[in-house]
Amino acid sequence: MNEPATDAAASARIRRHSRSTAFWSDRLFRAVIIASASVLGLLVLFFAYELWQSSTLSIRTFGWRFWVSRDWDPVREKFGALPFIWGTLVTSIAALILAVPLSLGTAIFIAEVAPRWLQQPVSFVVELLAAIPSVVYGLWGVFVMVPWLREHVQIPLEQRFGHIPLFQGPAVGVSMMAAILVLAVMIIPYITAVSREVILAVPQSQREASYGLGATKWETIRRVVLRYARVGILGAIILGYGRAVGETMAVTMVIGNRPEISLSLLQPGYTMASVIANEFTEATSPLYLSSLTEIGLLLFVITLLINALARFLVWRVSRGEVRY
Amino acid sequence: MQRKVVCATAWALVVLAAAIVVGCAPKKQASTDSASKVQITGAGSTFVYPLMSRWSSEYAKQTGVQVNYQSIGSGGGIQQFKEGTIDFGATDVAVSEEEEKTFTRPFVQFPVVAGTEAVVYNLPGITQNLKLTPDVLVDIFLGKVKKWNDARIAQLNPDVQLPDMNIVVVHRSDGSGTTYIFTDYLSTVSSEWEQKVGRGKSVSWPTGVGAKGNEGVTGQVKQLPGAIGYVELNYARQNNLAFAAIQNAAGQFVLPSQETGTAATRAAIERLQQDVRSSIVNMPGENAYPITGFVYVLLDKQPKDTAKSAEMKKYFEWVLKDGQKIAAELDYVPLAEEVVQMSLQKLAEVP
Repeated sequence: MNEPATDAAASARIRRHSRSTAFWSDRLFRAVIIASASVLGLLVLFFAYELWQSSTLSIRTFGWRFWVSRDWDPVREKFGALPFIWGTLVTSIAALILAVPLSLGTAIFIAEVAPRWLQQPVSFVVELLAAIPSVVYGLWGVFVMVPWLREHVQIPLEQRFGHIPLFQGPAVGVSMMAAILVLAVMIIPYITAVSREVILAVPQSQREASYGLGATKWETIRRVVLRYARVGILGAIILGYGRAVGETMAVTMVIGNRPEISLSLLQPGYTMASVIANEFTEATSPLYLSSLTEIGLLLFVITLLINALARFLVWRVSRGEVRY
Repeated sequence: MQRKVVCATAWALVVLAAAIVVGCAPKKQASTDSASKVQITGAGSTFVYPLMSRWSSEYAKQTGVQVNYQSIGSGGGIQQFKEGTIDFGATDVAVSEEEEKTFTRPFVQFPVVAGTEAVVYNLPGITQNLKLTPDVLVDIFLGKVKKWNDARIAQLNPDVQLPDMNIVVVHRSDGSGTTYIFTDYLSTVSSEWEQKVGRGKSVSWPTGVGAKGNEGVTGQVKQLPGAIGYVELNYARQNNLAFAAIQNAAGQFVLPSQETGTAATRAAIERLQQDVRSSIVNMPGENAYPITGFVYVLLDKQPKDTAKSAEMKKYFEWVLKDGQKIAAELDYVPLAEEVVQMSLQKLAEVP
């Protein structure tokens, strides 16, 4: 009979305590975190508004045709974004397809398979790769990878498979293929580093339970570790994709900067980020400038859509609706 | 205990910040007072940047006047000058009559130096200067002449063993005055080019791959056999790239150099006196190199700060006289004497 009463008294005391001593600091803390969160939200809204505002001229002039037009003629002021959208999507998705298996393999190796003395050096090398500035990747791409690629990959491919649209020549080195490879190399360290952390965070008890049931190492990794870590790994992949979509410098240096839609991997292409970086400084006419801004807006929208899609995937996966 | 430490740290930070503010303020005052030298700020053309830095360091040594130059691109230079955020602008392409109407203040523009563009190529084993006529050059860049051993190239170069190799055009991917001068030349010599492509800092290229900056085009041509591109002469020289002799308006095959560039500026003088904006590509004159362009400087005719304007006037007088020798050292093209006189006359319009 007496107990609930003391309980109530205790909780009242606690409440009073928190109100009297921690009241102002809690309030302040709350205000600060709410402010920082809303600053970020407002910033995104501000960006969207600003991009929209600056591209109204182009939107009014070209309308929806801007999305599907292949023209890019600054002299006659005819602009269309399709080749850039194509280049951005193809290079980033293909880079992801190359990078994900390699990164996951490396992450699993570091976290699960490698002997202890090897773990640190391999992780170190991976993190080192992530720290290299993109312009350095670009330089390496232009002076080392592209000539090698042309001699040893593209020309043989063109000679043997030139009749297939995918490998139509002439091979000149700088190409969609070069951009895809550079992007893949650039995003591997990101996906690897984050996936490794996620895999390491899988509780040891999960693995022990699996081994206890007689599972092999491969079965444990596939059925238990990767399954447990899948949301985090998906997050790592999204992070890598985000970088691939937005990468500018390294891509510009190896892609050949040609606003054309070609199925061939050996042909040059162009991306949205690259065209903005290339032409923004000397774009003096209002319509030209506005069209470049609209490409920025499109990039913003596409990134937003991809992120939303990824969020949706994460949500589905974490609810366990998607099985593999 | 912990809170005390936090408090102490916070106080220390506040005191430190105050000290920095108090300590800095008078120092700033002192520096502007004691120097009392004018600071001239300009921006624009990336092409002229190395020369501008050299000019300003030499001039600062002689007079103590500081000239800061930011290489943000010709378009940016014009824009900033128009908005009045800088004292002078520099551009590879003269401000057009149409563009001039959008300016709210009167200004002068005049050439301070020139540059020539080399047509560079990479043909393994061939170090001679190939001869090219304007129509062949146009057709190469239009993608009509596709092979190096094309009969039209072979006919111009009977002594050269031309390889059976694809021609790969390399052009600038970034908007640039270099591209403007080159496409201006192609438009001047070919009505087909003018109709299909036209002249501009960025154009819709019929063929080829784009590389960023003079250094990008140089690098691309250097490592890609069969490539042809256009770069400022000093990039071709410093990287030992082979370049072509182009047939000029007088029918002569001329190599790019300081002499042939200066000859082109001399040949242009009559047109320039009528209109300073006149293009100087494909000028008549036996020795004139056809792909030549100016760097123009923009100055206010009604400056707010007349003391600064007077200093700036002195600086550009020096640039047009002594500065031309420095330009030659750095592989730019010095202006012909006649053009220097014309520019000085323009400069005299500034108070």
